[in-house]
Amino acid sequence: MRETREQRFDKIIEVKNVTKVFDDVTVIDDINLSIRRGQFVTLLGPSGCGKTTLLRMIAGFTLPTSGNIIIEGQDVTQMPPYRRPVNTVFQKYALFPHLNVFKNVAFGLKLKKLDDGVKTDAKGNTVKKTRKLTKSEIADKVNHALKMVGLEDYGHRDVNSLSGGQQQRVAIARALVCEPKVLLLDEPLGALDLKMRKDMQVELMKMHKELGITFVYVTHDQEEALTMSDVVVVINDGVIQQIGTPKKVYDEPANAFVADFIGESNILSGVMVKDFSVKFLDTVFECEDKGFDKNEPVDLVVRPEDIKIYAADSGKGQLSGKVLTAVFKGTWYEMEVEANGYEFTVQSTTEAKPGANVRLGIKPDGIHIMKKLRTINEFKGEVSGENTVDICGGTFEFDNKDGLEKGTAVKVSVGFDGVELTDDESDGVIGAFVTQTLYKGTYYQVQIYTDTDEDFYIDTTDEWDIGDRVGVRLDPAKIKAEPLAEEAENEEN
Amino acid sequence: MKKISFRPAFFALPYVVICAIFVVFPLILVLIYAFIGSDGSFTFENFKLVFTQSSNLTLLLKTIGIAALTTVICLLIAYPTAMVLASAPFNRYVVLALLFIIPMWMNFVLRVIALKSLLFMLGVDYGFLATMIGMVYDFLPFMLLPIYTVLTNMDKSYKEASADLGANGAVTFFKVTLPLSMGGVVSGITMVFMPVFSAYAITGMLGDASTNVIGGKINGLFTTTSTWGVGSALSFVLLILVFLTMFISNFITARAPKSKPSASTKGGVAQ
Amino acid sequence: MKKTLSLVLRWLFLIIVLACIYLPIALIILYSFSAEKNIGGENGFGSFTFSLYARLFTNKQLMQATINTLVIGVVSALLATFLGTFTSVGLYYMKRGKKAVNFVSEITVVNAEIVTAVGFFLLSIFLRDVVMIPVQKGVGWLILAHTIITTPYVILTVSPRLNQLNPNLYEAGLDLGAGPMRSLFTVILPQLIGGMISGFALAFTLSLDDFVVTNLNKGTNGVNTVSTFVYASLRRDLDPAIRALSTILFVTVLAVMIIFNIVKRAKQKKLSAQQHTSA
Repeated sequence: MRETREQRFDKIIEVKNVTKVFDDVTVIDDINLSIRRGQFVTLLGPSGCGKTTLLRMIAGFTLPTSGNIIIEGQDVTQMPPYRRPVNTVFQKYALFPHLNVFKNVAFGLKLKKLDDGVKTDAKGNTVKKTRKLTKSEIADKVNHALKMVGLEDYGHRDVNSLSGGQQQRVAIARALVCEPKVLLLDEPLGALDLKMRKDMQVELMKMHKELGITFVYVTHDQEEALTMSDVVVVINDGVIQQIGTPKKVYDEPANAFVADFIGESNILSGVMVKDFSVKFLDTVFECEDKGFDKNEPVDLVVRPEDIKIYAADSGKGQLSGKVLTAVFKGTWYEMEVEANGYEFTVQSTTEAKPGANVRLGIKPDGIHIMKKLRTINEFKGEVSGENTVDICGGTFEFDNKDGLEKGTAVKVSVGFDGVELTDDESDGVIGAFVTQTLYKGTYYQVQIYTDTDEDFYIDTTDEWDIGDRVGVRLDPAKIKAEPLAEEAENEEN
Repeated sequence: MKKISFRPAFFALPYVVICAIFVVFPLILVLIYAFIGSDGSFTFENFKLVFTQSSNLTLLLKTIGIAALTTVICLLIAYPTAMVLASAPFNRYVVLALLFIIPMWMNFVLRVIALKSLLFMLGVDYGFLATMIGMVYDFLPFMLLPIYTVLTNMDKSYKEASADLGANGAVTFFKVTLPLSMGGVVSGITMVFMPVFSAYAITGMLGDASTNVIGGKINGLFTTTSTWGVGSALSFVLLILVFLTMFISNFITARAPKSKPSASTKGGVAQ
Repeated sequence: MKKTLSLVLRWLFLIIVLACIYLPIALIILYSFSAEKNIGGENGFGSFTFSLYARLFTNKQLMQATINTLVIGVVSALLATFLGTFTSVGLYYMKRGKKAVNFVSEITVVNAEIVTAVGFFLLSIFLRDVVMIPVQKGVGWLILAHTIITTPYVILTVSPRLNQLNPNLYEAGLDLGAGPMRSLFTVILPQLIGGMISGFALAFTLSLDDFVVTNLNKGTNGVNTVSTFVYASLRRDLDPAIRALSTILFVTVLAVMIIFNIVKRAKQKKLSAQQHTSA
């Protein structure tokens, strides 16, 4: 069957401004997403990022707090799951234990109603007739579906007697036999061992190709996402970080989170000297990015395989370094190389022994520049005393150079290096939860979430665990306070 | 001689011995006494009396009827109650479910006395109706608890899968929820049906001359020495019934996986 | 709209069922403060008084029955807890014969109480007349019977906890030089304390609740528990002080259950807090 261009590229699922709040926690934060017909789309993110919630809202098990979900141009936001043209493969399969394999697969078919022409009712109106599938039709479809997943002889088997991989196949057959417009898969391979996973990945891709329907796949496994998908949607903290092809999200991550989450990476902070030129580790590198402000601070990512390793006396490369560790990984060596205080992860087919001095070279296309999510912590606050300012529910000392009066509303800014975290919450002025940490070679960039719903970014050499409670102290010398009114004027100018 | 080294399985040995003496042997005694006549000789007379004397037979059938009726009524009240308790938003409050079970921990004779006072106040005459109310009142928690346990422990993804495959609420209930909760239902039935046979205290307190259960008759037979044989024979018949229900319930629960019935559900909420 | 209606209907249903369950108990509690002989009699409630509570302590037979009930309950529940826990541990490591033991203990649970009662009755006769052991029916015999009846419930409560333990725990004890008994007491039992407490509570309440076995095995020399005393005195003249006893019992049960749940919840909270910080 030939499809028109519109049909092929139209949107089968649209998620519009969807927000989901569970017990005062925003799990999905105003997400917009369009999925095109026939694509294999993966929702990728760490556990708890909201990807499964998004899938469950598309399936209809969870209602959004606000926003709309549209499937095939029809608003299904309030529609119960049993009316939606989608079917789900559940995380732990959810095969009905009281039914055998055949009956599990036939479950949806027995409920299905087919259009069966039209008839005229007593009042003379034309009504669509429907009929149920006949027994033999059901048997044919079930057997066909079981054959597709390679379980044609398993119909009479008890589902609990099957292995995990077989149960997975039955779950897929049960969903596909209903001929959904969209197949939703919620971490379907999570419970399988590595080899089985790889096999199933290939099979799912094959099925997707053969059936031509849309797959929406949820996983936290970035490798799985990159292997299988047409489009990867990276989600974190209930917000979409990036949408793109696997190649795009790998080669051109939108921000430091995506770079860190997908693939192995060296993430550094640098400064754009000018177009096509970036400075980091006191060295200026050529790059392929432009359009940043002069001297704008940026994050940048260098993939381990994009770093070339040369002999110390070769005169090649831009950085001098020393090999710390080297591990053979089958086809390449993975090495930790320290250069200008940063520990690079390098993958190379040439080996360098630990302790050896080497030169590192990075080509322009090996450097990917990302806008910094934030360069400084900024809060609105109020001067509360001679040398104190109130922000984020705490009173902090600061150096009141400008002699701001008590009660002045101020914009307070603190550099990432001006924040100190303490193990014991009571040692800090305020308390907060650690929400993210990102290793940047020589230090960690930690993100914390205060009880007043504000974020701090901190550069620290200590490692902090996500979810920990910490105390927050600020370096008085590094707090800058400007009266708010002035700032508003400045912006207008 | 080979020295037997200590194994942790030996910790169970004392109980094995105790079971042999105090559980298995008494049942054998029941069987033996069932064949001993009032003069101390071997006889089939006792069983003959059980099955020919119409008072024994009708009482047995009547007891089965009361037990069946009690079970059905308990089920009809307990299942919807358990379903509501296991549904949102009620499933958030464990205390709510606890309220339904707490009377179970109060002495049952005192509980029935309390009911008796209420029925007296409402002017309900002692007899069949009062007896049935008493039976249901007493056994309802035993039906409720296993069903509630099964329903709350049921993975909600089964219901979701059913809805996902096109089943609406009613179809999901009859095709998924109900069959999957059969383990709890069977467990509840066994915890109500057989115990009614022994619940002569309830018929004694709330019934009249026409309402009695077989347990009361057996108890009475052992108050005079000459009728131990018939009492034992009747007990033996009950024992056969017990094994029969045990067999049937095991058969059904074996076919309904995922839900494990156990008598420990009686203490379930307390834990 | 539809949702709210369904919610209201469900609440209503629960409240009706609850009302039916608690109405009799509430009535007894209310009338435990009235000295009237009959609830709902011609004289109504009469005046508010604690006289029934005072009277409770003067009814010697009732006091004795209460003491018997408590003694039998505590002693048999303690015995059942230890026997049941030991057996659970044994069964856990047992390879052959496990099914048979479980089957026999299951018989005790599912058997008709009256048959169990008859069994104990005949056993006492057999021991006295055939083996010539002078068994006296009474408190001692009832403690034994109640222990046998309640032990399977302790096993059913403790065994699941045991299955959650690391199977190598006992071996680790042996490996580190503790003998079998020492391993059991220092390694396994501390892990089972929660299960043992639940098992004890269950055994105790089952013993308190028992009527059928007690009634046939209490002997003829006037030994009574609350159940059998109340049932027997129904025929004659029921002391209204029984309402005070019921109230005390119910309030105690309620208090214990509430404390149980508060403790349990506090524990869970502490646990989840610890998990949160270590995550």
